[in-house]
Amino acid sequence: MAVVEPEHGAHDDHHDHGDFIAHHFDNAEQQFDSGKLGIWLFLVTEVLFFSGLFVAYTLYRVLHPEIFDQAHVFLDKYLGFLNTLVLLFSSLTMAVAVRYAQLGKNGHVVWYVLGTMVCASAFLGVKAIEYTHKWDQGILVRSAFDYHAGHHEAPAGTLAHTLGVSEYLIYLSVIPLLVIIGFAVYAGIAKLTDKPNASFFSVCMAIAVGGYFVGAMAGHFYMEVTDGGFGGRSEAAAEMMAYENETHSDHEPTNKPVDHHDESAVDQQTAESKVAPYQGPQPDEFDQDIGIFFSIYYCMTGLHAIHIIAGIAFLAWILWRSILGHWRSDYFGPVDYVGLYWHLVDLIWIYLFPLLYLID
Amino acid sequence: MSHDHDGGFAHPAPFKLLLSVFIALVLLTILTLALSSVDLGLMGAFGFWIAMSIASFKAALVMLFFMHMYWDKPFNVLVFLSSTLFVILFIGLTLTDTSHYKNTIDEYPRQPDTSTMAP
Repeated sequence: MAVVEPEHGAHDDHHDHGDFIAHHFDNAEQQFDSGKLGIWLFLVTEVLFFSGLFVAYTLYRVLHPEIFDQAHVFLDKYLGFLNTLVLLFSSLTMAVAVRYAQLGKNGHVVWYVLGTMVCASAFLGVKAIEYTHKWDQGILVRSAFDYHAGHHEAPAGTLAHTLGVSEYLIYLSVIPLLVIIGFAVYAGIAKLTDKPNASFFSVCMAIAVGGYFVGAMAGHFYMEVTDGGFGGRSEAAAEMMAYENETHSDHEPTNKPVDHHDESAVDQQTAESKVAPYQGPQPDEFDQDIGIFFSIYYCMTGLHAIHIIAGIAFLAWILWRSILGHWRSDYFGPVDYVGLYWHLVDLIWIYLFPLLYLID
Repeated sequence: MSHDHDGGFAHPAPFKLLLSVFIALVLLTILTLALSSVDLGLMGAFGFWIAMSIASFKAALVMLFFMHMYWDKPFNVLVFLSSTLFVILFIGLTLTDTSHYKNTIDEYPRQPDTSTMAP
């Protein structure tokens, strides 16, 4: 061998190892192939992990298709569509990041990975709007299901009331806000202590997590414009709500301040005209069984959201190593592996979206 | 690169290809959304299977190009696709079992469950 680098000479290598090629591999390609097989095996376990929930979904849908017909009006398919677009776009930026890692262009990888992370956070922001809107209306898992229609305003004087959002959303948003503050503060400290890479990384992370608020604001704006969502199905939802208002009027006015001035007038109108022909199940069965649909819904989308959060953590690692300029055309494995994981999360959503949001 | 195998195993996907796949995915998502919005009449019964077929086609696009299966080793593809076999077995066998005692479920009198109901 012509050139022996000092650290490699000690190993008495018969071949030239790169910076990140582990000693027990023959060459970069063997290391890459081993990692690739490993990540594919991991993705198999992920598919089987999720398949348990898909079995729960399938069984319940086969046994009680009528519950799914009633439950789907509570899901806003346009918010689901928006989230699908966000996730598909994040998959595109991830695939492009892998491309640039393969070409050894670390600077490009930084921006595309950052784009992927912003989209991931935005997805969670839209999800937060969806979840908190449901929690406000008591659309919870079966054991806690207590649906009450109408608008729900936070108590006067609270921050949630001032902003016109759900109180739950405020609680949820504290987490990303603290993360952003933490990274922003550390970015400043790193800057002052002459650690430019750490400072730049922290700024990127603050921007990445900030995507949550972009998504949340987009979702909130949509909810404001459509007056509570239920895109395209407002009639069906109004019918369901009117039915619920009629049957559950006994515990309606107790604690929750309900906005009566315009929306309720419409509800009352539809209640008079549409309650009679509604041939749905009895109220108690309605409560229990719709609740089971939402148990499945929360488990599936919740587990998916946990995977998104884990994906953001893995992407942060990729971002840091991109800033350090680790990727070369013979060493890009980690970007590829995290990319595969990210695309799997996208794959699962590709199935979840029609299964949960587009039931007809 | 000092050796001929260096960089030889990377298959950077062309940017235009990735962009085309993304556009196709978006168009297919819009198609699914549109199909769910219109009443298809006779087609309605098959709506679920149409939606699942489109989803599977989208999944195939993601796997082939975003996940590089198109350039990947056949063994890796086999490993990953084998998971679908086990998912089909899982769902299929459970459904077969359930359909076996469905009559028992249907005949079982429903008890109003007051313990977990909201007040």
